[in-house]
Amino acid sequence: MKELDPLVFLAVFQEMLGPLLWVLILLIVLGTLAFVGLLLKEKTINSRRLVRAELAGLVGGALALVLMAKVSSSGFTDAGGPADWFLIALVFGLGLAGTAILVYTFMGWRKPVGQ
Amino acid sequence: MYKNALDKILDDTGKKTLDRRSFLMLGAAGAGSLLLAPGGAQAASRIKSSARIVIAGAGAAGLAAASHLANKLDGAKITLIDARKEHFYQPGFTLVASGIKQSPYVVSTTREYVPGGVELVEERVVEFDPEGNKVVTESGKPYPYDFLIVATGLKLDYEAIPGMDVEQIGNNGLGSIYHSPAKAEATWRAMSNFADTGGVGVFQRPGTEMKCAGAPLKYTFVTDDYLRRRGNRGKAEIIYNANNKALFSVPIVHEKVRMLFEERGVKVNYERMLESIDLGKKLVVFKTPIGPVELQYDFINVIPPMRAPDSVRNSPLPWQEGGWAKDGWIEVDKHNLRHKRYDNVFAVGDVAGVPKGKTAASVKWQVPVAVDHLVASIAGKESEAVYNGYTSCPLITRLGQAMLIEFDYKDNLTPSFPGVIAPLEELWISWVMKTMALKPTYISMLRGRA
Repeated sequence: MKELDPLVFLAVFQEMLGPLLWVLILLIVLGTLAFVGLLLKEKTINSRRLVRAELAGLVGGALALVLMAKVSSSGFTDAGGPADWFLIALVFGLGLAGTAILVYTFMGWRKPVGQ
Repeated sequence: MYKNALDKILDDTGKKTLDRRSFLMLGAAGAGSLLLAPGGAQAASRIKSSARIVIAGAGAAGLAAASHLANKLDGAKITLIDARKEHFYQPGFTLVASGIKQSPYVVSTTREYVPGGVELVEERVVEFDPEGNKVVTESGKPYPYDFLIVATGLKLDYEAIPGMDVEQIGNNGLGSIYHSPAKAEATWRAMSNFADTGGVGVFQRPGTEMKCAGAPLKYTFVTDDYLRRRGNRGKAEIIYNANNKALFSVPIVHEKVRMLFEERGVKVNYERMLESIDLGKKLVVFKTPIGPVELQYDFINVIPPMRAPDSVRNSPLPWQEGGWAKDGWIEVDKHNLRHKRYDNVFAVGDVAGVPKGKTAASVKWQVPVAVDHLVASIAGKESEAVYNGYTSCPLITRLGQAMLIEFDYKDNLTPSFPGVIAPLEELWISWVMKTMALKPTYISMLRGRA
């Protein structure tokens, strides 16, 4: 941890997640592409769908925190300082944003506007 | 600068190069200025050589050294010698003894980390002959070398404690987290019983150099936490016995731990060394400046004296004078791990006679330096790589929190994330690193990637 090398991080994540890392990356890449594709196709943001996706995102954020607590053998009273709150916010935020984008995209492609 | 490492990861993970390459680019771009950090040791191109390199010991240091050498040399004959087929992830022993992980978490096989092109000899080295440039294994077979890396680790000298019987670990309030994964688990059962009943918990550390000097402290903190969680802290007394006048070799960390112990009601005795134990009577005797002192316990975590293995102690390799001569630690230059008397010998990991840190973090930073100097010797060049004593200790202070303490030979704190992860603050994020990130980092170190 003396020098921060992005490739070391990649090697570590690969060790930590195994093939799941590539699945996640694929999910992120495909999800982003599908999301951008949807935006280009619709040329607008459907606010009704967005609100629903964000509600689903709240659940996704909470799930991300539960998952994090489980894999790190932590309880829910362990935060001790600002860095911890930052990490909690980060995990929640990633879960929220990821779920919201995926749900929005999924709903959009499944049932285009106007139908 | 990262081309070789990049190619290696791409090679290792097979096809789909485009996706991954673009991902890596994205990752690298995102990391921004981090790209400007100095490149890893493996960034140099491979050097052709027919040198015979023997690595005695295939633990963390030996395997990491083998991987780094295999990355850097083309054609060298690298031989790893170690009788033990199992590989232990030792930083996980405290977690096993704390009931956080099960013993399989720390056990794997040596063979799975041996890099291609490296020969593994499943025997023990019984003789080091640096004058004759060879080592001899227990079957009597000699292995001549051009370069030798000693990475035997150390010996847990339980026999030096009269009355101690490792078979009894886990019974009758006797714990000892270092012995083995099975005994770490047995220690957890003994400690958990103690947390249910209360009584006197005795903790200590030996007067010798030791691996992970933070572990005795961690285990004291964890035991205190379990007693509190089970509502029995009021029924228990916890006594920590330091071997000298400090709780930790880095003064600023000593002060912090002293404050935490005071806050948690942990009683501290200084200058006490375990002299003998009576397992039946649950009684220990400590050597102190005022003579022997007896202490009755209901639970004890015995940490034995640690010394270099006999084969090393009985060889010409150890320090010839000074505090380390007696225990047989190898006489190396603390900045490059090269032997002070035998130019073609290096020592890395626990067996190296350097002032700080017998930890996996030390190994991680020692090995690339030692290997760089060795490879430079092969190439007829000088290496400028320097090891400054960096080591790290995620000091668990309760379940779910730790202090990420990193320091060097000069007792300076060297935080990796200054301003974000404060070294002397009890944080969940440091615990998360210990429980989630450390083992993957360790495994990639064995494979020469981190």
